[in-house]
Amino acid sequence: MLRILYFAWLRDRLGRSGETLPLPQGAHSVQDLIAALRARGGEYAAIFAKPELIRVAVNQSFATIAAPIAAHDEIAFFPPVTGG
Amino acid sequence: MPRVTIRVQAEAFDSAHETALLLRGHEDVGGVAAFTGIVRGGGGLVALELEHYPGMTESMMCRIAESACARFGLVGCTVIHRVGRLAVGMPIVLVLCASAHRGAAQEATAFMMDWLKTSAPFWKREEFANGHSAWVEPRAQDEAAKARWGSLTA
Repeated sequence: MLRILYFAWLRDRLGRSGETLPLPQGAHSVQDLIAALRARGGEYAAIFAKPELIRVAVNQSFATIAAPIAAHDEIAFFPPVTGG
Repeated sequence: MPRVTIRVQAEAFDSAHETALLLRGHEDVGGVAAFTGIVRGGGGLVALELEHYPGMTESMMCRIAESACARFGLVGCTVIHRVGRLAVGMPIVLVLCASAHRGAAQEATAFMMDWLKTSAPFWKREEFANGHSAWVEPRAQDEAAKARWGSLTA
C-alpha cells in the first residue's frame, strides 16, 4: 500500500491528513499517481489542477513529479515551505 | 565530530541554556553566533500556527546543520524550531553556531537560516484579529537568499 500524506492547505481542502491506497494500475511515477488522484474529481481535481503550486516528497526526500514510485512508498504532497 | 543538536518542539527554548550546552567541554570555541526568529506583528496578525512533517523535517534540519558544520568548520551548532500556535512576539526559531573565529559562526548562522526557510518542511498559517486566517505564501527573496550559497553540500 502507498502511504499518502497531505500538509497545510492541501490537508485543509481535502479534510484529511493522509490515506493509504494500493499503487494505481499502471502508475510508475508521482505524475501517474497525481493523475489517478485528479480522476477522483472534486477537491482532488481542484488541488492538483496547478501542479506548479505543489511540492512532493517520496520517502521523506524532495522529489519531482517525474520521480518513480513503488508499492509501500510514502508520498507527501504540500505547498512550498514557509518556516524559519 | 561537530556537536549537532536538532529539535522540533512546541515549548519555548532558553537560548542561554542551549548556548551553555553547546559550549560544554569545548575550549576550542572562540565565538558563538546566535539568531532568534520572532513572530512579527502587524496588519492585525495575532498568531502563527506552525506545522511540520515529522521525520522529514528533522532529517532536513540535520542535513542543513551538518552541511553548515562541514562548510564553515564549526565546532558545533544547535537548531530548535517551534511548532503549534505562537502569538506575536514569541520566539519561533533558534540557531546557534560555535566556531574558533566569529566570521565562520556568523556566516554559518545566515546559511542555516536561508536553508531552513526554503528547504525544511514547515508551514505557517497566519491568524488575524478579525478571525480570518491564511497560509503564508513563500517569498521570492528567501529563495534568492538561499541561491547565493549554491548547493547544500558544496
